[in-house]
Amino acid sequence: MRRFKWLVPTLYIVFLMLPIYWLLNMSFKTTNEILGGFSLLPQDFTLENYKKIFTDPTWYNGYLNSLAYVVFNTVISVCAALPAAYAFSRYRFLGDKHLFFWLLTNRMAPPAVFALPFFQLYSAIGLFDTHIAVALAHCLFNIPLAVWILEGFMSGVPKELDETAYIDGHSFPSFFVKIFIPTITAGIGVAAFFCFMFSWVELLLAKTLTSVEAKPIAATMTRTASTSGYELGLLAAAGTLTIIPGAFVIYFVRNYIAKGFALGRV
Amino acid sequence: MAIELRGVVKQEGGQIHIHETNLSLEKNAFNILLGTTLSGKTTLMRLMAGLEKPSSGRVFFDGRDVTGVAVQKRNISMVYQQFINYPNLTVRENIASPLRVARVSAAEIDRRVAEAAELLRLSPMLDRLPAELSGGQQQRAALARALVKDSDLVLLDEPLANLDYKLREELRQELPSILAEKGAIVVYATSEPHEALLLGGFTAALHEGRIAQFGPTAEVYRNPVDLRTARIFSDPPINTALVAKKGNTFHLNESVKWPVNDATCGLADGEYRVGLRPHHITPMRRGEGSIEVMARVLVTELTGSESIVHLDIGGHRWISQSHGVHAVAIGATETMYLQTHRFMYFESDGSLIAA
Repeated sequence: MRRFKWLVPTLYIVFLMLPIYWLLNMSFKTTNEILGGFSLLPQDFTLENYKKIFTDPTWYNGYLNSLAYVVFNTVISVCAALPAAYAFSRYRFLGDKHLFFWLLTNRMAPPAVFALPFFQLYSAIGLFDTHIAVALAHCLFNIPLAVWILEGFMSGVPKELDETAYIDGHSFPSFFVKIFIPTITAGIGVAAFFCFMFSWVELLLAKTLTSVEAKPIAATMTRTASTSGYELGLLAAAGTLTIIPGAFVIYFVRNYIAKGFALGRV
Repeated sequence: MAIELRGVVKQEGGQIHIHETNLSLEKNAFNILLGTTLSGKTTLMRLMAGLEKPSSGRVFFDGRDVTGVAVQKRNISMVYQQFINYPNLTVRENIASPLRVARVSAAEIDRRVAEAAELLRLSPMLDRLPAELSGGQQQRAALARALVKDSDLVLLDEPLANLDYKLREELRQELPSILAEKGAIVVYATSEPHEALLLGGFTAALHEGRIAQFGPTAEVYRNPVDLRTARIFSDPPINTALVAKKGNTFHLNESVKWPVNDATCGLADGEYRVGLRPHHITPMRRGEGSIEVMARVLVTELTGSESIVHLDIGGHRWISQSHGVHAVAIGATETMYLQTHRFMYFESDGSLIAA
């Protein structure tokens, strides 16, 4: 029995890593080799795919566009959610619990529902095909999420801390910026991470609201067919690069992610 | 210097937390708010601090109406039962916090922080974060922050309740002398009667949002105005029973009776409620008024320095508290002595008529 102790974790890791490995594997192959047959390692190792992405503006601009609206969105979401979450965690007001719950209403409909009205609205006010348009559209689901996460973390801080700060002489803004925000940095990190992730993986709204100037990488990737047919190697390389920012951000908040998934209520 | 509550009432959502209260607390003495949980100690303190506004009534400080004045402008300090420190600041910065806000010069801050840290024995851990300290050290840091500024009003809301026994003893001894030097009005909330007695000063006994009695601590302890105060100020709980006065004798039941004394001979015949503190029921004869009773032992708690024995005396469940360890078997019938001249006699509405 004991001899097979390694088996389960090994199988787990193999299954977990297989798709990612296959993607990585493909990204170093030529399209011909991918279509040609089955091989665990690239027979004809090539960096051409990556080179193409880093040199062709239609490709690398996709990344820059995506990063731009994702960062915009994360900043807007967290900044808007901080005061909202504070109000929900500290004050009792008429309908506060209902309001808090109904923040999540937009999650009850598929984003496709909002795609058309957003497209029309943003076109009408001249925001179509801009980074800020996508960033604002993503606030639809990211601000409520950030409010929920931050509220959980803030409610973990005793109200007496606020009062102690007032007694020490801090005004509310001074307390909020100098004492409170540093106290819940973990929560802000988790909220920012979730906003980043959800904005990064969202495709439908991002694709609908952009055409050329702010086209996200995922949209670029859907246009795979060229004169030379399907460029699978190129696509795999783009996919590999798309995973990197997420992995990078996860690394920084790895200790708090479980708490974040529980919306700070651990 | 004094803080004065005039006709202060606090209610929230139709529920009255503090009934109309008039109270004036002076400087240079420990002012103790004594009461069980939910008796309104914390609310009363929050009203004094200005963290909450009274529903009606005014709060005066030094004769000046401060009812609507913001906490920031009041020059007070407060220590809570939970250990409240800024988790992201070092102990040094925690203590310095009120001085930094007041824009005290850096050299002066260093000096005063060092002084406060010295007083509360925090000097070796000034550069640590609160989370790296033990509970007692965290609370000492909170105390240091409260003491470092020259506040006019120091509010201590059960500051020692969450500390372990040894530390509590230690701090309880040190606090009065530390605070005496501050020249501030000190208000201290506690639910433990013997803590109130140890700290001395003045005591306000609170019961369900009302001040039952206010006066010098020993006075409140010795002469409670009514049964409620006697109950608040007794741990273990005070023993009570209905007795009948017939002529020159009080009868607890047929067999347990005692004669009237100077204080009680004037009472009319009839039923009275009596109270007897647990340490006035002893396993040995003590004083002249002691009478012998037979008591069945129900429960014993031996703490080492004292014995607390729950007894069945003529159908009443009473508690005896005595020094030393008295090993008694549960279920056994023991001879106990009631110090009858220690009985307190209450009217049917609870007010004290003789002691």
